[in-house]
Amino acid sequence: MWLLITAFAALVTSALWYVSSPSDKYKLGFLSLIYWGATLMWLVDHVMAYVQERGEFFEINADATGLGMAVLVLGLFIWLVRLLVSDPKRVLRAPVKK
Amino acid sequence: MACFLAPAGVAIVTTIAQKVVKNKEEKPIGEQTAHTRGKWTQRLRWLNTMLWGGVVLLALEHLWHGEVVPWPPFLTAMQTPGEVGPMLHEILTYGLTMTAVILVAWGIVVGIVELRSRDRRTSEAKPEKVAGGA
Repeated sequence: MWLLITAFAALVTSALWYVSSPSDKYKLGFLSLIYWGATLMWLVDHVMAYVQERGEFFEINADATGLGMAVLVLGLFIWLVRLLVSDPKRVLRAPVKK
Repeated sequence: MACFLAPAGVAIVTTIAQKVVKNKEEKPIGEQTAHTRGKWTQRLRWLNTMLWGGVVLLALEHLWHGEVVPWPPFLTAMQTPGEVGPMLHEILTYGLTMTAVILVAWGIVVGIVELRSRDRRTSEAKPEKVAGGA
């Protein structure tokens, strides 16, 4: 389930990045690359496990959904830290100068 | 068990490579144009973001499943001698395949971007030739 959730997040953030490009002021390209990296890694993990063990390809239950949500939140948190460090709107720098 | 360690190892190397390339591209070189300045730094940044992003999110998954713990030896497989072999096998099979897939995806993206930038440069150069010839 976390693979599906992360893949969905990668698609949505890529679309948002494309809409906001070429400026990419809010680092949406960075966020989409984080999700694409994880999506590709989990895709390999799922395919190899399926080929070797022949179990369920997608694990759909509350625990797997919870993990998917936790992954989304961690990705967003990393992106937010990166965004605040670069501070493209200079919101955080202005009070410091005063 | 610890498949994310293989892409993490490669990410360390590519991050160092990015730093080296950045230093080289920042040096003023006479023939360096706007087309080439910072080009490979940006491309390596894409790769590093995918690798590190994937590694961090996979580490969370391993933490969630109890395969990684926040105290030494960090990997639960290391606590049982019989599980060390399968763990190393998983790093070499799953981990290296994951890394290879990321590298291939990055290579495809870089290839497409390179082809498009060459096309753009060619189309920018053409009108000048026409103007010069007229």
